[in-house]
Amino acid sequence: MKARIVVGAHYGLKDWIAQRVTAVVMALYTLILGIAILAGGADNQETWRALMGNVFFRFVTPLFVLSLCYHAWIGVRDIWMDYLKNTAVRLTLHVVTILVLVGYAAWAVQIIWRL
Amino acid sequence: MPELTKQRPKYLALNEIRLPVPGFVSILHRVSGAGLFLALPFLLCLLQLSLGSADNYQTYKAIVGHPLAKLVLFGLCWAYLHHFCAGIRFLLLDIHVGIEKEQARASAKGVLAVSLGLTLIVALKFLGVF
Repeated sequence: MKARIVVGAHYGLKDWIAQRVTAVVMALYTLILGIAILAGGADNQETWRALMGNVFFRFVTPLFVLSLCYHAWIGVRDIWMDYLKNTAVRLTLHVVTILVLVGYAAWAVQIIWRL
Repeated sequence: MPELTKQRPKYLALNEIRLPVPGFVSILHRVSGAGLFLALPFLLCLLQLSLGSADNYQTYKAIVGHPLAKLVLFGLCWAYLHHFCAGIRFLLLDIHVGIEKEQARASAKGVLAVSLGLTLIVALKFLGVF
């Protein structure tokens, strides 16, 4: 049997795995937050602030935010790659997507850690 | 040329293509993801207001109380739930669970039903029906 020669920088595989790992992180966070809300965590502003400001959520919410931004980057990049044939337009949108996602991540972490 | 040269459409007539259910779930996965991405600044504003001062919280309440905002939020709720359910289905397909045609069709229908059902429950809860 001939050995299969794998070439390339493996960016595709890395992103494929990252897309799935971040998805699992977000799914687990969604379930935990959902249970916390069902348990009364968002009944009024005091409980909501207390929930989001507790030690556990101050730790896991930024993990969710970072996962979301990385996940959104791969997904949105794939959309641009699939439909935009013009290189200049596509590259511009890639840069814009990265910039807004980094900004959103910083904004979200700032909201949580200010509590 | 032999008879291989069958007449084939030169372009994709999007209005004539009938996607099978798994294809429908797949394109909705992309549409819902794109919608959620576009809505991120709006959702971050709401998060900030809901966790801010008492005045901020009142502003948050006023915004989510607006009928148009409610409609948008229910749409985003569906987008999140569909993306969530379809995503779990894709993860299972990745590890070769349910890849047979019949099972894949059934799970695709399940994704559509569960995400729409959960959205309905959330919407009714939000509207104070129960």
